[in-house]
Amino acid sequence: MTPEKRAQYWGANLRLLTVLLIIWFAVSYGLGILLVEPMNAFSLGGYPLGFWFAQQGSIYVFVALIFIYAASMNRLDKKFDVGEE
Amino acid sequence: MTALEIWTYGIVGLTFATYIGIAIWARARTTGDFYVAGGGVHPVANGMATAADWMSAASFISMAGMIAFGGYGGSVFLMGWTGGYVLLALLLAPYLRKFGKFTVPEFIGDRYYSQTARVVAVICLILASVTYVIGQMTGIGVAFSRFLGVSYEMGIIVGMGIVAIYAILGGMKGITYTQIAQYVVLIFAYTVPAVFISLNLTGNPLPQIGLGSEYARDGVASGMTLLGKLDQVVTDLGFKEYTTQVMGSSLNMFVYTLSLMIGTAGLPHVIIRFFTVPKVRDARYSAGWALVFIAILYTTAPAVGAMARLNLMDTIQIGPVGSETGNLVYDERPDWFKRWETTGLLKFEDKNNDGRIQYYDDQNAEFASKAEQEWGWKGNEMVTVNNDIMVLANPEIAQLPAWVIALVVAGGLAAALSTAAGLLLAISSSISHDLLKGVFIPKISEKAELLAGRLAMIGAIVLAGYLGLNPPGFAAGTVAIAFGLAASSIFPALMMGIFAKRMNSLGAVAGMIAGITVTLLYVFQHKGIFFVKGTEFLMPELGMGPDWFFGISPNAFGAVGALVNFVVAAVVSKLAAPPPEHIQHLVEDVRIPRGSGTATGH
Repeated sequence: MTPEKRAQYWGANLRLLTVLLIIWFAVSYGLGILLVEPMNAFSLGGYPLGFWFAQQGSIYVFVALIFIYAASMNRLDKKFDVGEE
Repeated sequence: MTALEIWTYGIVGLTFATYIGIAIWARARTTGDFYVAGGGVHPVANGMATAADWMSAASFISMAGMIAFGGYGGSVFLMGWTGGYVLLALLLAPYLRKFGKFTVPEFIGDRYYSQTARVVAVICLILASVTYVIGQMTGIGVAFSRFLGVSYEMGIIVGMGIVAIYAILGGMKGITYTQIAQYVVLIFAYTVPAVFISLNLTGNPLPQIGLGSEYARDGVASGMTLLGKLDQVVTDLGFKEYTTQVMGSSLNMFVYTLSLMIGTAGLPHVIIRFFTVPKVRDARYSAGWALVFIAILYTTAPAVGAMARLNLMDTIQIGPVGSETGNLVYDERPDWFKRWETTGLLKFEDKNNDGRIQYYDDQNAEFASKAEQEWGWKGNEMVTVNNDIMVLANPEIAQLPAWVIALVVAGGLAAALSTAAGLLLAISSSISHDLLKGVFIPKISEKAELLAGRLAMIGAIVLAGYLGLNPPGFAAGTVAIAFGLAASSIFPALMMGIFAKRMNSLGAVAGMIAGITVTLLYVFQHKGIFFVKGTEFLMPELGMGPDWFFGISPNAFGAVGALVNFVVAAVVSKLAAPPPEHIQHLVEDVRIPRGSGTATGH
């Protein structure tokens, strides 16, 4: 593998990480803590929305993020041909 | 024997027999078996084992209670103890799996080409893991002594004996397969009562939906949401509104959540579980599966907390607040109340001698003075309502059958045993593999190392048992401290090892020492030096009162320690040369999945 390819693969990985970690931060620290009061003006079923993000929603998003990461990295491994046999 | 005791002995006995059966079947024959279960664990199976490894007595027994009384503020535990898996999956697990060795200090030692770094990592690991294991031991002792009619000491000895059988015989292999069984036990035990209670209060069997549904006790519609009802019930008695009650301040919640997340990702007993899967891609998916299995409990917990709180309030406040017959007559209290009074977890004191129970927030000055003038209340009479009661007594409060209560006992024991076993393996492998083979006798034969691993395991079990029998008086706070230590020392060292190619040995060691020192100092300042009462050294006259650092509580301080670690490491690393060429190659290599074999010790 050439150093350029290597750098491209790593760069793509870092971009993916950045996007996913921004979402990770936004749903928990953002909607669940910092913006919880304005969010609570809305509701989801019987949940105030900010409260829902803090006690339910963020956890569901966390699960989704890991599977999105795993699937995207598998694609990336194939594209750059660095996956395991 | 009562029916409850028969059920409890039956179910707990059955689960213990299963664990021993697995131990005999999954014996370790090589060091690979002992440290990483041979490296061939299916990612879903590993996810399940990780979930049990992770969810401790604190998650199972205490967390719902912390949410019940913390309300919205309890969210820090929910987000903090799950969000860490995102960090673990994205930033550590796949790369460490690619590195393909047996222990966490081994990565730190190799990456920073330094025995010093490895030994510092071993010390951080042992500090974090030993403090964590004490909490599991006390959990086991408490579960035995309350439900099985044996003494606390006997409980710990029996629990230790069970762990010893499968951890010594099977190492990681035995632990992995028992953890899978333990996950099944604990998740049933947690969700079954929650489903019953959710059905009872909202008519919806899914607690996650029930918590956001209409309050309809026994099918009678109320026109109010369950959370709305709970908010009303608690504020009527002067308590803070459930859905908006914060823990300390927004900043404290932010930092606390961050500390728990970073700490979760840095706990060695969780990280080593990802060394057991065959491939890098398995490590990625396995973290996702682990979080699925964890999320089943963690999304149920807030419903358990809120519903148990509502049930408790309704049991005591039986009529309108302030009316003459609005409060439960003490002599008419239910049986579970009496049972839990004998354990000291519930305590009543009739302050105004009216024979009825007044349970309200007497710290709320305005409400307390109104209650005294208008109704003659002389203070909150429920002087103790322990957090743990919310899970342990929950089935009884909801009048569920005896087998459900027995299941909860088996579940609590499974949670404590599975976590204890994982921690004990992390401790014993760091001793036999990192210290003995890594530092003292590098030429040790595989057979001798396997024996050393087993001996280290025995030593770790004896130490954990001893600390469980003689808890150092700070047992309750210890789990939180373990997170602070892992967050401030291990997580930054691992992350920089992967993402900062220029990070060198000097920077990493300085960072770890600075991070753990700052965290320990802040904790000791609040809770005493090594938790010895009377040695606290808060200095209010110098502006160092309780939570002096921006109102951050000591349990939430790990994130600050981690920040110190990162900054010190970055600055100090500039003082020395970049790592040698072969180390930079090693970093390049862990960043790419191709070429991962099974984990090896060489």
